[in-house]
Amino acid sequence: MELPAQTFQVTRADLIRYAGASGDFNPIHWSDRVATKVGLPGVIAHGMFTMALVGRAVTEWAGSPDAVVEYGVRFTRPVVVPDDDQGTEIEVTARVREVTEDGLTRLEVTATCLGEKVLSQARATIRTAR
Amino acid sequence: MPLDPSFVGRTYPPTAPYLVGREKIREFASAIGATDAAHHDPAAAQALGHPDVVAPPTFPVIVTMAASRQIIEDPALGVDYSRLVHGDQRFAYTRPVVAGDELVCTNTIEDVSTRGGHGFLTTRTDVSTVGGEPVVAVWARYVIRGEA
Repeated sequence: MELPAQTFQVTRADLIRYAGASGDFNPIHWSDRVATKVGLPGVIAHGMFTMALVGRAVTEWAGSPDAVVEYGVRFTRPVVVPDDDQGTEIEVTARVREVTEDGLTRLEVTATCLGEKVLSQARATIRTAR
Repeated sequence: MPLDPSFVGRTYPPTAPYLVGREKIREFASAIGATDAAHHDPAAAQALGHPDVVAPPTFPVIVTMAASRQIIEDPALGVDYSRLVHGDQRFAYTRPVVAGDELVCTNTIEDVSTRGGHGFLTTRTDVSTVGGEPVVAVWARYVIRGEA
């Protein structure tokens, strides 16, 4: 079963806010100078920020903020965030792989940016609504 | 310098307790746009059976990333931080993190390997309360890019 797609807009301001909230101040997430110096195409989103947005999609599908039992991803491609008001967009889709007898639902999640997959092997297990 | 495979299986001493603050959970939830009331309002969290506001699923990384510096900065292991890339991340929850938790991390090196000139390091962090109640197990895999 396919779940409804969700889209998240990501701007530089979001990255600054996430840096502050998470304590990850790596300059590749806010400085073009540093990002390009280490060979990146520009400032990139924290992988953990992308994972957090996808986690939000998962809890929204689950209908409960505390339903996630297991959640894992592989970071395959950086999300480049241009320095403008639109930023970029991450699209998240998922399908139900399995519903277990003990009330768990296993999701296979896909996150793309500009049509390219940014996470692979993204999987979440959620407790089915109480 | 290749990573030393003899570190596989090594467990580090527990880290100092991290006290999860209600405002920190609210700040983190706001930063990722998570508006569910249970992240912000203790009464909404209590209605779900939790003692205080509930952290979003990736919140524990705040605690475990700081704790994993114990491994990454271990001079004997020899990780070049400037060449470190986050490869994988996984959480297995016993229960969600809630405000008021005092969390202790125990780090273990699960795997170390070198392939194609790159180093790979898998860490497992067991996060529990100071009272010993398990909360979440967190795995991270790091790639230490070789000098091409």
